[in-house]
Amino acid sequence: MCQSKSCQDTPILSIDNLTIDIPTSAGTLHAVRGISLDLKRGETLCIVGESGSGKSLTSLALMGLLGKRIVPRADRMEFDGIELTTASARTMRKLRGARMAMIFQEPMTSLNPAYTIGDQLMEALTLHGGSSRKKARARAIELLEKVGITAAESRLSQYPHQLSGGLRQRVMIAMALMCEPELIIADEPTTALDVTIQAQILRLLADLQREMNMAMILITHDLGVVARVADKVAVMYAGELVETGPVKEIFAAPSHPYTRGLLRCIPLPGKTKRGSVLGTIPGIVPSLVGDVEGCTFRTRCEHAAPACRGPIPLHSSPEGTHSFRCIYKPGSLQAEAALSTGTSV
Amino acid sequence: MLNFILKRLGLALLVALTVSFISFILLFLSGDPAIALAGEGATDEDVLAIRKLYGFDRPMLMQYASWLLSALSGDFGESYYFKLPVSSLIADRLSVTMLLGLCGISFALLTAVPLGVIAAIRPNSIIDRIALFLSVAGQAMPSFWFGLILIVAFSIKLRWLPPSGTDSWRNFIMPTVVLGYYAMPAIMRLTRAGMLDVLSSDYIRTARAKGASEMRVMFKHALRNAIIPVVSLAAVQMGFMLGGSIVVESIFALHGAGYLAWESISRNDLPTVQALILIFSMFYITFTFLADVLNAWLDPRMRSS
Repeated sequence: MCQSKSCQDTPILSIDNLTIDIPTSAGTLHAVRGISLDLKRGETLCIVGESGSGKSLTSLALMGLLGKRIVPRADRMEFDGIELTTASARTMRKLRGARMAMIFQEPMTSLNPAYTIGDQLMEALTLHGGSSRKKARARAIELLEKVGITAAESRLSQYPHQLSGGLRQRVMIAMALMCEPELIIADEPTTALDVTIQAQILRLLADLQREMNMAMILITHDLGVVARVADKVAVMYAGELVETGPVKEIFAAPSHPYTRGLLRCIPLPGKTKRGSVLGTIPGIVPSLVGDVEGCTFRTRCEHAAPACRGPIPLHSSPEGTHSFRCIYKPGSLQAEAALSTGTSV
Repeated sequence: MLNFILKRLGLALLVALTVSFISFILLFLSGDPAIALAGEGATDEDVLAIRKLYGFDRPMLMQYASWLLSALSGDFGESYYFKLPVSSLIADRLSVTMLLGLCGISFALLTAVPLGVIAAIRPNSIIDRIALFLSVAGQAMPSFWFGLILIVAFSIKLRWLPPSGTDSWRNFIMPTVVLGYYAMPAIMRLTRAGMLDVLSSDYIRTARAKGASEMRVMFKHALRNAIIPVVSLAAVQMGFMLGGSIVVESIFALHGAGYLAWESISRNDLPTVQALILIFSMFYITFTFLADVLNAWLDPRMRSS
C-alpha cells in the first residue's frame, strides 16, 4: 500500500487497554483484561498462550465478530486511524475481508458446504465492489496458484467436501487474500491439520506475508513456529498480556515466570542439554468468573509471594519494546535461576 | 447431478411398483372378491359366473399384470358402487383435492419459513414467543375443531366466507388455513432449529469475516443450508395433504379425493379404493423424489452419496 518510511513506522493496529467481559449465568467472565498492543505494517506478531487465555477473543474483537452479546471495551483500538470500538456496523463490514482478513482454526467447517470454492473465493472480492465476476475469477485462479493449489481453474467448480483439510485451509488463505488486506489474522491455522501439512501452511503464510507486506497476527501454541516467523511475541495468560517484546528478546531473556515456564516446555537447540527433562507447568488456568485480582499466574508460579495478590507493576525496557507484568524486577529471576543452576537461561 | 436424478428416479419407480402390487393384493385380503360382488343370497353358479366375468379365475400374477397395464393407461376398472369408470369418478374429485393441497402447503410454507427464520435470528424475542405460541396451538388443536370454529366465526357470525362447497376461490380460504395450519408448526420448528444450528457454524463466521451483510449471511449462506431438512418434511406433508385431507374435506363439504376414499372404504368399493391408494402413493413418491432432487441441488454433498 504505502512504501514511505514514515508510513511504515506508524502502527497499522494500535490497541490500548482492551477488555472483554462475557456475561454468563454464573457471573461476569473477565475473559480479556487490559491488553495493549501495537503492530506496524509488514510486521508479524505471534500471540502465544494456552486455550482459554483470550487469544481468539482478542482477534475476534478486532474483526468485530464477537457477536451482539459481547461488547469489547478499550481506551483505543485503532486500525489505520479508524477507531474500531465505536465504528458502525457498516464501517466494520467494509473493513472486514477488504482491509483486514481472518483465517480460522477449522478448515473442515469454515467453508460453506453449499457453494463451490470459486463462488466463495469470488464473493470475497465482489462483496467489496468494483470487481466484475470475470476479474474476480481471474484473481481467484491467481491466488489459488499462489497458495500452491494445482489445477486451480478446475478447483473453482469443486465443493468443499471434495477437498482435503490442507487444501481447504489453502483455500481459506486464498480467500483471505482476495482483497489484498493490510492486516491478516490467523487463529491457529494449522491446529486441525496433519503435522506434515502444518509446516507447509505456516511457511506459505509467512512467505505471503512478506511478499504482500501485510501485518500479520498469528495465534499459535507452537513456540517453534514463533521462533521462525515472529517479529514480536505477545504472551497471554488467563486473559492478560503477561509479556510482550521482540522475538529475540523473548527467547533470549524471558522475564515473566509464565514465559520462562513455556520456554522450558520445548527443546531449544543449543540450550536444552541432551538427556535433560523438559519442563512442565503444573496446575490449571484459574476461573475468570467474578472479581479477578493480582497476578492470575500466582497459583502455578514457583516464585509466588504474598505481593502477587496485590497490584502487579508493569516493567518496560528503556525503548519500550519489551514489557512484562510481574512483582519481580527485570533480570531478578534470571539472576536467581543462574545462581541455582549455574547456567544462564 | 444427472446421475443422481436417474438413480433416484429408478428407486422411485421400484417403490411405485411395490406399492402398486400391495394395493392390488388388498383386493384379495378382504376375502373372495367374487363372493363380495355377487352379494347376499347368490348361488354358487352366480359366484362362478362373476369370477369368470371379472377374471378372478386367472393366476394372480396375470391378474396383476393386466390390472397394472390398464391402470397405467388410466383405466382403473368400474366402481362397484357407482357403476361408473373409476377414472372419471376420481378425475374431478382429484382436482379439488390437489388445489386444496397446493394451497394448504403453500400457506404452511409461506407462514412457517419466514416465522422460523425470524425466530432463529432473534431467539427469545417477542416474535419468537409468538411463533412458539402459534406452533404449540397449531399442534394441539384438532383440524375438525379449528375448522368448525372458523365456520362459526367467519361464516355464521361475520358472514364473510361461505361455509361449504367449491363454487369460488372464497370457498377455499378456510380449508386452506385449516389444512396449512396443521402442517405449519412442524415446518416452523424445523426451520428455526435448522437456522439456529447453521447460524452458529464456522462458515457463517467466515461469511461475516468476508464482510458479507447480515441479509446476505442469513439468506445466501444460512437459509440454503438450514432449509434442507425442511424440504424433506414439506414433501411428506404435501403427500399427506393430497391424500389425507379427509377431515377438512368433509367439514367444508369439499368433495375431494380424500372424502371419496373414506366413502369408498365404508362402501367396500374396492376398485375405487385401489385406484385412490395407488394415486395417493404416487403423490408421495413423486414429492419425495422432487424433494430429493431439490435437496441435491441445495446440498452438493448429497449428489455423490
